[in-house]
Amino acid sequence: MQFAIEAHGLTRRFGTYTAVDKLDLCIPRGSIYGFLGPNGSGKSTSIRLLTGLLTPDAGTINILGLDLPRQTELLRTRIGYMTQRFSLFSDLTLIENLQFIARIYSLNRKLIKSRIAELLERYDLADRGHLLADSLSGGQKQRLALAAATIHQPELLFLDEPTSAVDPENRRDFWEKLFDLSDAGTTILVSTHYMDEAERCHYLAIMYAGVKRADDTPQNLMNNMGANVVEISGPGLRQLKQLLLSVPHVMSVAQQGVQLRVLMDKAMAEPVAYIRSATPGLQPQHQLAVVRPSLEDVFVTSTGGGH
Amino acid sequence: MKFLGRIAAITLKEFRQLSRDRLTFGMVVMIPLIQLLLFGYAINNNIRNINVGLVDQAQSFASRSIIDAVKATQVVQVVASYNSIQDAEAAITAGQVRAVLVLPHDLEQRAANKASQQPLGQWLIDGSDNIVSSALLGLRNMPLQELQRNYSQQNTPSFEAVLYFNPERRTPVNIVPGLLAVILTMTMILFTATAIVREKERGNIELLITTPLRSLELMLGKIIPFILIGLTQMTIILSLGHFVFDVPINGQPVQIVGATLLFISASLTLGLIISTIAKTQLQAMQMTVFILLPSILLSGFLFPYEGMPAPARYIAEALPATHFVRMIRGVVLRDASLLNMQADTAFLAGFTVIGLLIATLKFKKSLD
Repeated sequence: MQFAIEAHGLTRRFGTYTAVDKLDLCIPRGSIYGFLGPNGSGKSTSIRLLTGLLTPDAGTINILGLDLPRQTELLRTRIGYMTQRFSLFSDLTLIENLQFIARIYSLNRKLIKSRIAELLERYDLADRGHLLADSLSGGQKQRLALAAATIHQPELLFLDEPTSAVDPENRRDFWEKLFDLSDAGTTILVSTHYMDEAERCHYLAIMYAGVKRADDTPQNLMNNMGANVVEISGPGLRQLKQLLLSVPHVMSVAQQGVQLRVLMDKAMAEPVAYIRSATPGLQPQHQLAVVRPSLEDVFVTSTGGGH
Repeated sequence: MKFLGRIAAITLKEFRQLSRDRLTFGMVVMIPLIQLLLFGYAINNNIRNINVGLVDQAQSFASRSIIDAVKATQVVQVVASYNSIQDAEAAITAGQVRAVLVLPHDLEQRAANKASQQPLGQWLIDGSDNIVSSALLGLRNMPLQELQRNYSQQNTPSFEAVLYFNPERRTPVNIVPGLLAVILTMTMILFTATAIVREKERGNIELLITTPLRSLELMLGKIIPFILIGLTQMTIILSLGHFVFDVPINGQPVQIVGATLLFISASLTLGLIISTIAKTQLQAMQMTVFILLPSILLSGFLFPYEGMPAPARYIAEALPATHFVRMIRGVVLRDASLLNMQADTAFLAGFTVIGLLIATLKFKKSLD
């Protein structure tokens, strides 16, 4: 398989703080690859290293067959980058913004007009072309930014927390557009701290404190998780949570509405029976059940749990 | 008493933030310190060592003693001698000297003839700076004791004076070209600096650095609109000066535009350098003021260069505005050309090239 991104031992320090620690990545062409992690886990730094905006302290990067940071300038026209923050010009209209970006990428003057019309149409902004970018809603701004990042039809698209400022409906629409791009052959690397967003990726890397903790398809990550999930419902959940946290082999306990979600070390073959026997405060009216793990469970398990 | 505690908390926080914002902190200290020093130096109208030239047609004992007496006043320093009045006038036009003392062939006869009302010599004075010209006019009646002992001439002025370029000694003639320098300094530096810093603040730069755009392209692209703005300002100022304040525009339009373009370029690159240092628009503004004040005080716009002590002159020489004030007065009032004033022309051109280089190198296309 041909990789769009290949990185080995990628490390970047800021002073004594290591933002990215020995990161290895192999991202297949045409896939949507997600970086899932909390703020400060090294997602943005990784993206900046991979786009040549930061120079690594150690490690090798090969992107679309080019060596970084040596060939960064050659890479520019072949990648698109959508920043975390809306970084187009709020005091220009949509069309003016796109014209500006198109000219920066030296698109053929004759093609610019039709390309912009096509993009505005595709991203549902056709009726807003002459409005100032400032007047757009959060979702519209994201779509405009995506239009700008893809105006030169890049082979590889970097999206740094693209939907952190948008509501779930807009997020779903936005992802539809990403799947369209992926379908057309674009490789997409997206960072997020939303589980629902992460679950849509073809491949997922879980980042924590600058280290990649797990790396697979979301389904495999959930299947191969090193923990069982037990849901407990019943009275006195707040007190019960404290009790459970001191039980050996319990990795994490989180309340979700009227239930407690308990992550148990997979070494314990019979989690329900074990909890019943090992938890003194548990009463018969409490109901316990093993459930299918979610991506959040994977995340909690691989980042060390709530202890 | 709670409110005092809260106020103290706020004050402490502000000081902490200020101490972390080292540039602003530096400005807090440096602006009063340096500007006060500059003020102290510059407001010194006791003018000394004005550069003057000589046309000594007499070449006699009397002429040499007159020259010694003039030198002894320390108001002027003789930096050149010319063979003809034409050469001397050209030197004034080029700004090499502020005035020329002409001592005629018949100096001895004039001095000997007690009944004569003829002055001994003539001062040809560049009138484009009023303070300088008034200091030179003060020399008209200087007593020449050496000669007076011998010849005793009492009621006749020692010298006759001719004011070139601004015979009526009107202030606007002096102020308007200088004002062009000050206004351009302010607007050009501030506009470029804030224009780039604003993009940094709004995150636009983050977008631009991932594109194929090169640093130098970005810098030049930013500069060009401001060049046009600067030329517009020049047109407004000089037109108003000419039609409202009756300032003579003696220079060639090509020379005026050429000189202004040089200065605009130098100021814009200065703005670019500021923009690569400043992180916020406020910082950019503060740094602009930091350059603007000495440009007003030391450039020769308000106080003549000749009135400044050596340290102030060194600072003045480093400011593009000083060179432009000289050039634009020379070009507008004395019909000098850029070639006449090649030292100033070269400084502004060199400043632009080096400044652009520094700005481009400092604006790295990475976030390291």
